[in-house]
Amino acid sequence: MSQLPKPDTAELRAKYPGVFERPASARLALPAMIAAAVGIFVYGLVDLDFSPTKLITGMSQLGWITMMMIPPNPGASFPLYMQALGETLSIALLGTTLAALFALPVSLLAARNVIPSNLIRFPVRRFLDSIRGVDTLIWALVWINVVGLGPFAGVLAIMVSDFGAFGKLFSEAIEAADRKQVEGIRASGGNALHEIRFGLLPQVLPVIAGQVLYFIESNTRSATIIGIVGAGGIGLQLAEQIRVLEWQKVSFLILMILIAVAAIDFISSKLRFAIIGQRAVV
Amino acid sequence: MATAVSILPAQQLATLEDAYRRSVARKRLKAALATAIFCAALLIAAFGAEVNLRTLFTYFGNFVSYFDRILTLESGARVWTDFPEWFWGWQKWLKMLGETILISYVGTLTGAVFAFALNFFAAQNTSPGPWVRFVIRRLLEFARTVPGIVFALIFVIAFGLGPMAGVLAIAIHTTGALGKLFAEIVENADMKPVEGIRSTGASWLSCMRFAVLPQVSAGYASYALLRFEINVREASVMGFVGAGGIGQELVVAIRKFYYSDVSAILVTIIVTVFIIDISTGWLRGRLFGKETRR
Repeated sequence: MSQLPKPDTAELRAKYPGVFERPASARLALPAMIAAAVGIFVYGLVDLDFSPTKLITGMSQLGWITMMMIPPNPGASFPLYMQALGETLSIALLGTTLAALFALPVSLLAARNVIPSNLIRFPVRRFLDSIRGVDTLIWALVWINVVGLGPFAGVLAIMVSDFGAFGKLFSEAIEAADRKQVEGIRASGGNALHEIRFGLLPQVLPVIAGQVLYFIESNTRSATIIGIVGAGGIGLQLAEQIRVLEWQKVSFLILMILIAVAAIDFISSKLRFAIIGQRAVV
Repeated sequence: MATAVSILPAQQLATLEDAYRRSVARKRLKAALATAIFCAALLIAAFGAEVNLRTLFTYFGNFVSYFDRILTLESGARVWTDFPEWFWGWQKWLKMLGETILISYVGTLTGAVFAFALNFFAAQNTSPGPWVRFVIRRLLEFARTVPGIVFALIFVIAFGLGPMAGVLAIAIHTTGALGKLFAEIVENADMKPVEGIRSTGASWLSCMRFAVLPQVSAGYASYALLRFEINVREASVMGFVGAGGIGQELVVAIRKFYYSDVSAILVTIIVTVFIIDISTGWLRGRLFGKETRR
């Protein structure tokens, strides 16, 4: 077998200066960025009181906790936990549905092809943005102040925070809708409401239904955590059991949440495909 | 000019219309049935969640007036008439806000490093063996399904109150979320370079380093930046369970009814989240021009 001729590096260098001699700025950009990232990281570790001893003692504590969690055991409170889980699912379902109902008319106001005027659209969009900027947990705290502790506050919290998200997603779906149907309705003499009802809604409803289902799924997770601040559901039980260090019950509750979330995932993905065919959602 | 629309004979038309009506009726029946089931589910849910419309109507005024109250200073004036009074604690709040951003930064970076270390094992095309893949995938799933704040609650007990618990909780959640996304990017990578490198006799590690990594690193950075955005929001509520950051101040203000403080802290959080969203969006646009924003 013949050997390949030895490459002449000097000649190659002269031929392709762009490859061999990149300007210093390009060569140094990546290391500089990495150095900056590591620098901030180290500063963060120092500022946030990280210390090896704390980490090691914490880890051994965590090891103990994990050992205490096995085997998961609900004790005598299993019916109570099932009820709490039902409460959580109710919160997710009700909160998401209400949010979707309220968001639909508002999203029309935020869609460019329905309201061409910037004057209305801009404030509506900023309003929705600020609602989304506030976390569900914060909304839960606010609603607890208003309607008291309990799952109802959770429903309202999920409703408000999803209202912001839905308003944005729905208006995007409406903007992506095809103009032709709307023009067809107008050509046959329909008014603005007819255009929305017969031209836009049939196009966007399947997309919206898919998004609502997806949110019910993700809200099952949110609904578990808003219980931690006192808004009902399984999160309330979880936070209580963690505070009294009943680790076997904690691990059982976590297991319940995992199974419930997986089940909801499964059902809603089946439903989603049934509604919108094999089109991808979100 | 005379045009004629051809109209079918009545008999033929009748059968067509009949068929049309039947198919529409079936569709309507299905829709009505689905609606009925959905309404029934809602009703059950309403009982389960102890929905009480009377409470809502009685107290809804409170919700509106709550915003009125948080926008009023103790002196009775509107908050925006007296900024120094409204943001009286800005030094403390800015410090806490800085802590929040640091928590999410350190948490995101740690999580991204772990996700990076694990994702090649979780991706179908690069995993060394099906068993490794199965175990790693379940691990990542666990890390991302358990809410971050639940981890924070447990870590606060193990590591003590303070930002460390928040950082670790965010890091674990981020590992789970990013690990999955990273693995998906790797699964979409072109496998031909890997074959090329392997044919030279390179080890698995070299294959990953020289064949896969150059294809996927841009996607990794993009997702990590997106995650940072999400984690800033997450970190802002970590303080609710004692895991550091501005959430601590907020929960105290809400629980103790320091009304104008609530609005001031909320405004700082919202503005920060906006700024972070915009700047990471800009950064991603700069780094990976063609990719569109989510």
